[in-house]
Amino acid sequence: MDPILNSGDTAWMLISTALVILMTIPGVALFYGGLIRRENVLNTMFLSFVTFAIVSVLWFIYGYDLAFGSTTWGVIGQLTNPFFSGVVESNSLSTLAPTIPTGLYAVFQMTFAAITVALISGALVERTKFAAWLAFVPIWLTLVYLPVAHWMWGGGWLQQMGALDFAGGTVVHLTSGLAALVMVVIIGVRKNSKLLPHHLGYSVIGTGLLWFGWFGFNAGSALGASNLAVSAMIVTNTSAAMGMLGWMLMDKLKTGKPTLLGALSGAIAGLACITPAAGYVNVTAAIIIGFVASVASYYAVSHLKPLLGYDDALDVFGIHGVCGIVGTLFVGIFATPLINSAIKGGLIAGNPAQLGIQTLAIAVIAVYTIIVTFVIGKVIDKTIGLRVDESHEIQGLDINQHEESGYRLS
Amino acid sequence: MKRIIAIIRPDRLEDVKQALEDAGIHGMTISEVKGRGIQLGITESYRGRDYKVDLLPKTRIEIITPREKVEIVIDTIVKNAQTGCIGDGKIFISPIEEVIRIRTGERGPKAI
Repeated sequence: MDPILNSGDTAWMLISTALVILMTIPGVALFYGGLIRRENVLNTMFLSFVTFAIVSVLWFIYGYDLAFGSTTWGVIGQLTNPFFSGVVESNSLSTLAPTIPTGLYAVFQMTFAAITVALISGALVERTKFAAWLAFVPIWLTLVYLPVAHWMWGGGWLQQMGALDFAGGTVVHLTSGLAALVMVVIIGVRKNSKLLPHHLGYSVIGTGLLWFGWFGFNAGSALGASNLAVSAMIVTNTSAAMGMLGWMLMDKLKTGKPTLLGALSGAIAGLACITPAAGYVNVTAAIIIGFVASVASYYAVSHLKPLLGYDDALDVFGIHGVCGIVGTLFVGIFATPLINSAIKGGLIAGNPAQLGIQTLAIAVIAVYTIIVTFVIGKVIDKTIGLRVDESHEIQGLDINQHEESGYRLS
Repeated sequence: MKRIIAIIRPDRLEDVKQALEDAGIHGMTISEVKGRGIQLGITESYRGRDYKVDLLPKTRIEIITPREKVEIVIDTIVKNAQTGCIGDGKIFISPIEEVIRIRTGERGPKAI
């Protein structure tokens, strides 16, 4: 690629950025908002929105540089331009995407950071102090997301080793899924942990926005208006569709009737699973990936969770964590240079070593995320306190944390 | 004067209301309630876990009538709310001490 601004690439990347923003606000907010009790609907949606605001500001103060700046020992980026000063003014093109401006690459990446943290909120709904969440967001962003993004995407050591993650199987889904799991173990089980969605209609809209926005997430990660972006769009959609159908099949086999929530969850599982693989695999692989994603998530949600007893309220680990792992491993199997000439490919391309590298990346990121998130969670719990009073939890967080009510019907 | 409380299936409300109107009875208070008698509940399933929901939606009609009209009201409701299946509902009758029309302050049967 010539380092010259390509208006087609830039236009597409601007749109992709907007698409991914839509995924968090209001995609995740609505998806989660429909699944909880009506007394907690505002707080649940607020968690996503405020996450987006906090990450937006911190990203351009120091976040982008630490994730994508020139590397120090492959561990973290250097803070060359605090407050992003001078970057846009210099009209520079991104070193990581030479046909678009640096600022555009930065704001595109910001949307990924924001949604990663917002996803974690789904595990903590209906019992978490808002102040505790406000503390969690900047700390987790800085201590977990920034380093991991640097290792996999910003020129860090895992990327140098050849680990592949096209749009965030490890950086987004694995980290958020495991962080969610750690946090729910610390914060404990809700008094009422029955999943009785108060407004599935919101979740339908949320899923639609997420599916739509995911094209920015995955096809946008091609960093250009190219055939690779087209390929990513096709496999993303295919995997989502297979995910939906797969979960519907599981519903039918296990509880008798296909459910809409199952269909939505399956679609999201398919989307999460294809995320690391979107720019590396073909349609056949996507069909397999989407199907396996929904089956694996189905079991994680309906068998593993009750077995181990953790209250991952909205299945952040069950869907995002599990699919992040599965999808990243699938890259090691199905990646092919026929789809993306910049890579050696995986098992089917005669490079089984890729599977080993993928496994290593998963293991390292998993251990790091678990340990650091545990420390963050414990510190916040000891200082601010993670959980609301039991009486507030029963009455509902909207009234108690925000003095608002979601449904003032007159 | 009597209070008649009828718990009926929600989908029978329109027919019951129309039939009561045809019989000359207009005044009523309707509320949406949940309840059960011997009707079994339903099962809802979310992400692979089943939940038994045994409080079912019903419609509650409250009518105040002079004693002479009680039988007509009961008759009309039973005929129009009945389906023959478990879950058709119940009617309760109780005496009323006093009725007052707020607009005029009238009391007694003429205030109904």
